[in-house]
Amino acid sequence: MIDSSALYRKRARTNRIALVLSMVAMGVGMGFLAWILIVLLYKGVGALSLSLFVQPTPAPGSEGGLSNAIIGSAMMVGAATFIATPIGILAGIYLSEYGRKGWLAPATRFINDILLSAPSIVIGVFIYTVYVAQVQHFSGWAGSLALTLIAIPVVVRTTENMLNLVPASLREAAAALGAPRWKVVLHVVLRAAKAGVLTGILLALARVSGETAPLLFTALNNQFTSVDLNAPMANLPVVIFQFAMSPYENWNSLAWGGAVIITFGVLCLNIVVRTLFRKKI
Amino acid sequence: MQSSAVTKRDMSFSQLRGEQMSQATGSEQTPKIRIRNLDFFYGSFQGLKHINLDIHEGMVTAFIGPSGCGKSTLLRTLNRMYDLYPGQRATGEILLNGKNVLDPDQDVNALRAKVGMVFQKPTPFPMSIYENIAFGVRLYESLSRADMDNRVEWALRKAALWDEVKGKLNQSGLSLSGGQQQRLCIARGVAVKPEVLLLDEPTSALDPISTAKVEELVHELKSEYTIAIVTHNMQQAARVSDYTAYMYLGELVEFGLTDEIFIKPKRKETEDYITGRFG
Repeated sequence: MIDSSALYRKRARTNRIALVLSMVAMGVGMGFLAWILIVLLYKGVGALSLSLFVQPTPAPGSEGGLSNAIIGSAMMVGAATFIATPIGILAGIYLSEYGRKGWLAPATRFINDILLSAPSIVIGVFIYTVYVAQVQHFSGWAGSLALTLIAIPVVVRTTENMLNLVPASLREAAAALGAPRWKVVLHVVLRAAKAGVLTGILLALARVSGETAPLLFTALNNQFTSVDLNAPMANLPVVIFQFAMSPYENWNSLAWGGAVIITFGVLCLNIVVRTLFRKKI
Repeated sequence: MQSSAVTKRDMSFSQLRGEQMSQATGSEQTPKIRIRNLDFFYGSFQGLKHINLDIHEGMVTAFIGPSGCGKSTLLRTLNRMYDLYPGQRATGEILLNGKNVLDPDQDVNALRAKVGMVFQKPTPFPMSIYENIAFGVRLYESLSRADMDNRVEWALRKAALWDEVKGKLNQSGLSLSGGQQQRLCIARGVAVKPEVLLLDEPTSALDPISTAKVEELVHELKSEYTIAIVTHNMQQAARVSDYTAYMYLGELVEFGLTDEIFIKPKRKETEDYITGRFG
């Protein structure tokens, strides 16, 4: 019989081993994720209160919240996403749809990959040198710019990958109706890859909302509530960084609260955007 | 590379047949498409060799032959689909209404609006059923909302799909079954009112019932459109076409009235293929 042959038993054994290994790998990944979330919730939920959202960062020992940092982060991350999205999508379209021949696309792809893996502190120092040092002050714009530079390569990479997944037959079908290239790309290819491109944007957003190093050199921080992008701006990662390292208990607690806000803010945004886009076809 | 002697013989052979064909069909009205000495290259590989062929207006011309014989390639030269890919090129003449579409100054988008194409796999666009049809129409016509509604309905009726989708025009085209998707693609092709419709194995991914519907459609559409269909199914070619072309290894082996090709083919290779002894 087949199921008693040596070859079959060997194959079943290999299958079991592969299955166990992949389950273990999954378990390790999920385990650490769960651990992080549990610690975060355990330490951070206590800090969550209304005052966290409406009061600015306090002096050591006094009452306060994170409202200035929340506003600053939202503005800078928002501006960065807003600038990086069109640039990233257009570059991704170029790489996938137009850069079939020639040297420009491979060169762009290579540079983009380098940017993608560049340490974010380098980006911070770069913006510090070319912008902050020139205008002689830290600012929200400088922070946004640094975050934009980090977000663009993420959007470019995912957009290109997602567009490449769209079957050539769909492009041909649209071209066969007499549609010019740009309409094929914009109305058919991009639409077919919409969910993936959106994922790339959200990925970039999630990535930049936790970035600390580039903001240290650019937006710095601000103890007071400010919506002026031309002035130093408070932001959650830098506040977390400063407060978590401090010896003051109320600051430590606020740092945990800030960490919870970033994590669940990104999560909620993900869910909201995905549901909004799912309704349309 | 083949030896030059063989190539030469083949060449004169196809040219000879080309002339015979023009003579045989010359008495009828001028053909919609005349293909003269067409060669096609994928890089350095020659996919089509000296094709000479007339496609007649208001008729269905079927292309049969084993996989890789160049039938799809031939179809893709007629609307210059190959232009999308660098390294693919065609030489010779394809005269559509007397004008050579291979001319470099030919606007390929305008050509494709005149020569529509339906592919092997259904390729609905990721939009609603209505928008799937309207997309192509909007490219070359600006219709009022009511006129567009009428056009969409007209195209869907032509493709025998209207009764199945009239209540859900705003649903995604991807929500339809495979057979319905393919008829949607045909409706999309018909909606722009092309002069020629190219069907590249339109039923190979469909079940027999959907296939029958598409074949009926081909029958109905041929009164208004010139149709060229590539098929692997010889019964289908016999059922739907007026003319049949048998191709092998990039060459046109035999071309003529479908009845003649299937009942008394002139060439031994054609007979072997259609009787199933080869291919």
